[in-house]
Amino acid sequence: MTDPDDHGAVQGHEGRNLPPLRLHVPEPPARPGESADFTHFDIPAVDAAPRPDEAAAPGTMRDLAYGLVRVLDADGVAGGQWNPKLPPETLLRMLRTMALTRAFDARMFRAQRQGKTSFYMKSTGEEAVSIGAALALSRDDMCFPSYRQQGILIARDWPIIDMMNQIYSNKGDRLKGRQLPIMYSAREAGFFSISGNLTTQYPQAVGWAMASAAKGDTRIAATWCGEGSTAEGDFHNACTFASVYRAPVILNVVNNQWAISSFSGFAGGEATTFAARAVGYGIAGLRVDGNDVLAVYAATRWAADRARANAGPTLIEHFTYRVEGHSTSDDPTAYRSAEESSLWPLGDPIARLKQHCIALGIWDEERHAAMDKELAEHVRDAAREAEKNGILGHGLHHPMESLFEDVFEEMPWHLKEQQQQMLDEWKAAGL
Amino acid sequence: MNMIQAINSAMDVMMERDPDVVVMGEDVGFFGGVFRATAGLQEKYGKNRVFDTPITECGIIGVAVGMGAYGLRPVPEIQFADYIYPALDQLVSEAARLRYRSAGEFIAPMTVRSPFGGGIFGGQTHSQSPEGIFTHCSGIKTVIPSTPYDAKGLLIAAIEDNDPTIFFEPKRIYNGPFDGHYDTPAKSWAGHADAQVPTGYYRIPLGKARTVRAGEALTILCYGTMVHVVEDTVRAMGLDADIVDLRSLVPLDIEAIEASVKKTGRCLIVHEATRTSGFGAELMAQVQERCFYHLEAPIERVTGFDTPYPHSLEWAYFPGPVRIREAINKIMKD
Repeated sequence: MTDPDDHGAVQGHEGRNLPPLRLHVPEPPARPGESADFTHFDIPAVDAAPRPDEAAAPGTMRDLAYGLVRVLDADGVAGGQWNPKLPPETLLRMLRTMALTRAFDARMFRAQRQGKTSFYMKSTGEEAVSIGAALALSRDDMCFPSYRQQGILIARDWPIIDMMNQIYSNKGDRLKGRQLPIMYSAREAGFFSISGNLTTQYPQAVGWAMASAAKGDTRIAATWCGEGSTAEGDFHNACTFASVYRAPVILNVVNNQWAISSFSGFAGGEATTFAARAVGYGIAGLRVDGNDVLAVYAATRWAADRARANAGPTLIEHFTYRVEGHSTSDDPTAYRSAEESSLWPLGDPIARLKQHCIALGIWDEERHAAMDKELAEHVRDAAREAEKNGILGHGLHHPMESLFEDVFEEMPWHLKEQQQQMLDEWKAAGL
Repeated sequence: MNMIQAINSAMDVMMERDPDVVVMGEDVGFFGGVFRATAGLQEKYGKNRVFDTPITECGIIGVAVGMGAYGLRPVPEIQFADYIYPALDQLVSEAARLRYRSAGEFIAPMTVRSPFGGGIFGGQTHSQSPEGIFTHCSGIKTVIPSTPYDAKGLLIAAIEDNDPTIFFEPKRIYNGPFDGHYDTPAKSWAGHADAQVPTGYYRIPLGKARTVRAGEALTILCYGTMVHVVEDTVRAMGLDADIVDLRSLVPLDIEAIEASVKKTGRCLIVHEATRTSGFGAELMAQVQERCFYHLEAPIERVTGFDTPYPHSLEWAYFPGPVRIREAINKIMKD
């Protein structure tokens, strides 16, 4: 007797009249050379998601964790209960900030290819996630980002030349060249130091929010991780603490569907949504069209108001798509269908907002083309200025002895000793 | 005061002085901690400053990093040092490196208290001494007191310090000194000179060793419970030993170590932790680098063995008087 589903599993336990057990190993819908297929993806109508009161109990809004909060429809018309009805100047600011982020990414990606730095990560297609959220938060709320939220710094008008100095690890890098490119830290911009270890920022954001609440402050915290790293223990530690103490925090999951080459199925995405993680913790959960900057703005604003009203944390899944590779060290054509990004049904966040603004009569193609040109020149000029401070590996870095600074507040004897030894060795070598 | 009371008093003093000091951990609030170290603090300072946490060590430390970044001074308790391993990533990759990676923009000024060490029939999961893991990682301080007086003064200094600190409490001597003779009745701190603890504020700077007794015959470097085991063994042998209680491993009082070994020419290192890559290995390396020409005998170490911590054979594992005496005899023979 043969079992058509038996793929060579070891036969055993003779005499037991039971089918052999099988291990399910997830497989994405399409691999290279295959056609991408998003027909299984049902996009709900813009007015399908109700907008509950900010103080509503999590149990009354479970469906929102499985649906999709949307504002802009396929024609770029804003509607539904979540429409934030933003004034034209805010819409145009969003558009410009997203376009600047894309221009910045393009320039820095090229700089890496030119050998000016070791590494870069683009946020192409995901700009709305950072920028919609940053504009909905207060400027003094603390952000605990992951590595693809450069849009937050740009939305908070942080100088892009400072970001470039960090990417080049040059003598102008305020972080003294100690961090991988893109792992910014900007306390004044409410932007917490990025860690390369995934999702460690999640419990830290909850701790910051708990501290703010314990001190009777009014500021809240927000944090971001990818859908892949919701599998990390820190994600679940953070959800437990956030729920237990009703911390004023927004927990964002950027579901861009790919964790390097592992599709979201390996983080449990086949079984349920990532927003639904909130349900088990008794946290409000929203699943949002992450390519609709107005939906991201509206959801974040709702969650921020909820946190400020002491109604507790919110977990927001931003459903989006990683258009580019994971980083400059990645080649996505090796593991996914080449057509996937062009067939992704929720479109491009910049194109969608542009269409909306044009339909409103506050924008046109000519102005958009002129803006793109101006932004490209702006980042080119900033990059040239940053390069005057040095590029990676070309000598214009922080002084050698700075290697030993900031390990402790005061340098202990053993570090002073090692510092002196290093300097003596270089001197002896005639360098 | 016994050591528990001294530790409680340190937190009380610091919470009184600084409204940003918060105490958190499993069972530390209403119940006052399984060892009673936080007894009465929640009643006095309220639930916003002393609170129980979910059972997730990694979560406790991760949250404490965020609180420190906000501007608080968290004092998280990890109920047993054996449970600190789930929190290693937050301690080592996050708390210890936050100042360095942000060039001082963000800091994690936390003091992680945790009972550690053996001698209480605690088996594999209530007896370990993981200090060597932390001394190996840059950016974190490791402090281990051996008396009630030191425990209070060092804990106050650690809470005031702007760097993350691991404060390991030798739980075998919480209630009284231990001379390593497991079959004699437990002693009490009552009447002990080092248990005369002031109720108010005082601090003992981190990185300064304590001379337990001055001698000429050999130097013994030790910390925690082992200070008392060593002291009693030396007294029983009638030996004129120089006993140095290190108090903190990072920062280490290298001057005191160097001065003592150069004076005596002989060195024994005693700790409870497993031997391979233990802190004793670093001490041996430092002594041989700095004092090689002053040594009259090879440096010896008495440590726990490289096995998991046993239950019924705890006294075979523990670096007790028998093993210390044999090591001293070996050093003194040359």
